[in-house]
Amino acid sequence: MNYLAPEFIHRIDKDKCRRCKRCILNCGFNALSFQDGIVADHSKCVACHRCVTFCPEMAITVEQNPLTYKENFLWTAQIQKNIQKQAQTGGILLTGMGNDKPYPIYWDHLLIDACQVTNPSIDPLREPMELRTYLGSKPEKLEFNQLPDGNVSLKTELEPQVKLDIPIVFAPMSFGSISLNAQKSLAKAAEQCGILMNTGEGGLHKELAPYGKNIIVQVASGRFGVDSNYLNAGVAVEIKVGQGAKPGIGGHLPGEKVSAEISETRMVPIGSDCISPAPHHDIYSIEDLHQLIFAIKEATNYEKPVSVKIAAVHNVAAIASGIVRAGADIIYLDGFRGGTGAAPYVIRDNIGIPIELALAAVDDRLREEGIRNRASLICAGGIRNSGDIAKAIALGADAVAIGTSALVALGCHVCQKCYTGNCSWGIATQRPELTRRLDPEIGAERLTNLVKAWAAELKEILGALGINSIESLRGSRERLRGIGLDQNVLDILGIKHAGK
Amino acid sequence: MQGVFPRIPSGCAVSGMMSRKGRRLSGEDIIKSIGLMHDRSNGLGGGFAAYGIYPQYKEHYAFHLMYHSQESKRATQEYLEKYFYLDQSEPIPVRKTPGITNPPILWRYFLKLREEVLVNANEFLQEEDLIVSLVMHINQEIDGAFVASSGKNMGAFKGVGYPEDIGHFYRLDEYEAYIWTAHGRFPTNTPGWWGGAHPFTLLDCSVVHNGEISSYGINKRYLEMFGYKCTLQTDTEVVAYLIDLMSRKHKLPIDIILTALAAPFWKKIDKNRPEKQAILQAIRMVYGSALMNGPFSIIVANSKSMIGFNDRIKLRPMVAAEKDDLLYMASEESAIRVICSNPDRVWPVQAGEPLIGLVEEGTL
Repeated sequence: MNYLAPEFIHRIDKDKCRRCKRCILNCGFNALSFQDGIVADHSKCVACHRCVTFCPEMAITVEQNPLTYKENFLWTAQIQKNIQKQAQTGGILLTGMGNDKPYPIYWDHLLIDACQVTNPSIDPLREPMELRTYLGSKPEKLEFNQLPDGNVSLKTELEPQVKLDIPIVFAPMSFGSISLNAQKSLAKAAEQCGILMNTGEGGLHKELAPYGKNIIVQVASGRFGVDSNYLNAGVAVEIKVGQGAKPGIGGHLPGEKVSAEISETRMVPIGSDCISPAPHHDIYSIEDLHQLIFAIKEATNYEKPVSVKIAAVHNVAAIASGIVRAGADIIYLDGFRGGTGAAPYVIRDNIGIPIELALAAVDDRLREEGIRNRASLICAGGIRNSGDIAKAIALGADAVAIGTSALVALGCHVCQKCYTGNCSWGIATQRPELTRRLDPEIGAERLTNLVKAWAAELKEILGALGINSIESLRGSRERLRGIGLDQNVLDILGIKHAGK
Repeated sequence: MQGVFPRIPSGCAVSGMMSRKGRRLSGEDIIKSIGLMHDRSNGLGGGFAAYGIYPQYKEHYAFHLMYHSQESKRATQEYLEKYFYLDQSEPIPVRKTPGITNPPILWRYFLKLREEVLVNANEFLQEEDLIVSLVMHINQEIDGAFVASSGKNMGAFKGVGYPEDIGHFYRLDEYEAYIWTAHGRFPTNTPGWWGGAHPFTLLDCSVVHNGEISSYGINKRYLEMFGYKCTLQTDTEVVAYLIDLMSRKHKLPIDIILTALAAPFWKKIDKNRPEKQAILQAIRMVYGSALMNGPFSIIVANSKSMIGFNDRIKLRPMVAAEKDDLLYMASEESAIRVICSNPDRVWPVQAGEPLIGLVEEGTL
């Protein structure tokens, strides 16, 4: 017997309802039915707001179930529910999206500087304001040849670089974890914004091939869809070692989601489970990673930067240093609030560290070792707005990755049920009747709007700071102050407290 | 001298003059020029750099020192003697001047490196690297001692006061130089520290600077990667170190260095022919952290040249003028006309485009 009370109460204003049943059609979770009026099965409602958004009469609302539990700070309702679920099923509890627990959000304790009098702020509407960023390994210095005509030519050969018009990339989300229409939206938007999307570990669907100039292809432990064409299909290759939401944990796309298209893209039989092992079985050490990086460089003729994505864990600074020395051109750091399609609850909420601290520690460590130039840093895991981006860049990131923000732009309401495959918004699902709701053109437009809006805001922030180029903010922690942070955290972040 | 002073945003006046033929000119004019811009300073700092002033010791390193106590002087001399022959050691001549109070002990040395020092040193160590490390050591480790300048046949004269008073105090009318640069300071709080005045120097390179570098935070962290410690917490220190890093350690030509410090906009870079584009792109990619962003007008000098340049959208003023073999640069045109009433040409220095004045070869 199910001992669980519903989490939400789905309410319909009977006076307003015209019984058009649009809400029933829109619910991906089968929570609504018609029995002489719309009837809700509250226990199935996940508060994804699809029905609320599409009700023409605005007759629907969803509330937290007010059911009172005997007050107890230790044995909260959530804790009790999880125990009930496990007592009933005997399984590992799953969840979707990033860590939602009330750990400190350091972004909200960082304040950005601005110019007053002694140096002028700059008006981005009147003056040029530059966000262009190149990802890739940079040499420590440049060398030039003196030509007889008095000019110089470049002697140093630069490693491959990828241009971003705005220092944002879309986070890796595989075809399988999200729908093809969601991936298409990301690819089109990346093209329109001059940025990059990332295939995730699910291979590259043939319809995405034309967007190769705006794509990072990912190689993860399952190696789905990886062949030589795939490696050369994008502008960069990423080796996924870990993910912020589930460091040290692999992935599992259940066989029922492996349709003909996913099967073709992932190069696996239809209906077979896609298991990504926890480690890469050819990477048991840093020297193994070094070999894989150079195997990929060989396969791509040294024309594409290789990124290594890791989760932010306790010893992240030393790990990052090793990765740079192993030859990575880009390090993608994913904090413990990074999203996921599915992760064990206990892993998501208890493993890893905040991205703000990890980023600062890694940037510091690479500088101390004099190798910061040898890799670009992408910061991910809970970037919510342009303020977070500016702070991440000031802490030392070259660019940020946005996953959840991008999905929210596509309609996601962060209900955290991605792993069920029932996403009413057509994002985290493969059910055709749901995925067709997401029009890639409209999706791309919404994503482009978001990215361009953030770019405009970043320019305003730079202008207030009196600088007209993003590289003058990058790593400039002098322009940040902490508020309400203790000395230990301030030291890790390398910033002063507000007022100092 | 440890960095106990907070970073000081400041406004300022700059002026510079040089003879391209290496003619040596008295300090009277430069004092008059910087003095005309009295209102751009607030009495909390002024200074001068002069090239060609010690012809009798032109092969010696001329060290100008500031000491807060006899003890710091004793410790410094002891340290210097380990590396150098102190061929001359004397007080820097000064005259009593109203408005100039509480000067530190001002001393100068003419030094020759002991032969065995380089022989014993690491084989990769160049003489210049050694001198820089010695200067850094004195500034950071010896309490109450500060090296104002350390080049050959040049010197920096600086302190707390209005620049024209500082010039009079140091008796600069009695010196002759083929390049003079000057600085009047308007810091927005009160350090009252002589070492904090401009010019800032390293070896024979001197920098006078009007502006505040809004990218100071990253410029400083970038320099730290190469072992520079920005202890004085002034923007100008960063300028001097960036130039030192790129010229002495990275061996880059001066026009490339200046391109990195005040880089052209991407829009402009994209319009260049491919080879030039590749060069400019590479400079911005590799030296992005050295880009000096924010308002500045700067005059950099060394024994062979005087260079004026502005930030890339020219948020601070600079005017240049020519008369025969003389080249002038200043924050205001009036500061040039007061010493050169009828110049052949007067023009504004363009945003992000350096004006490089070279001393003709063979004239020194």
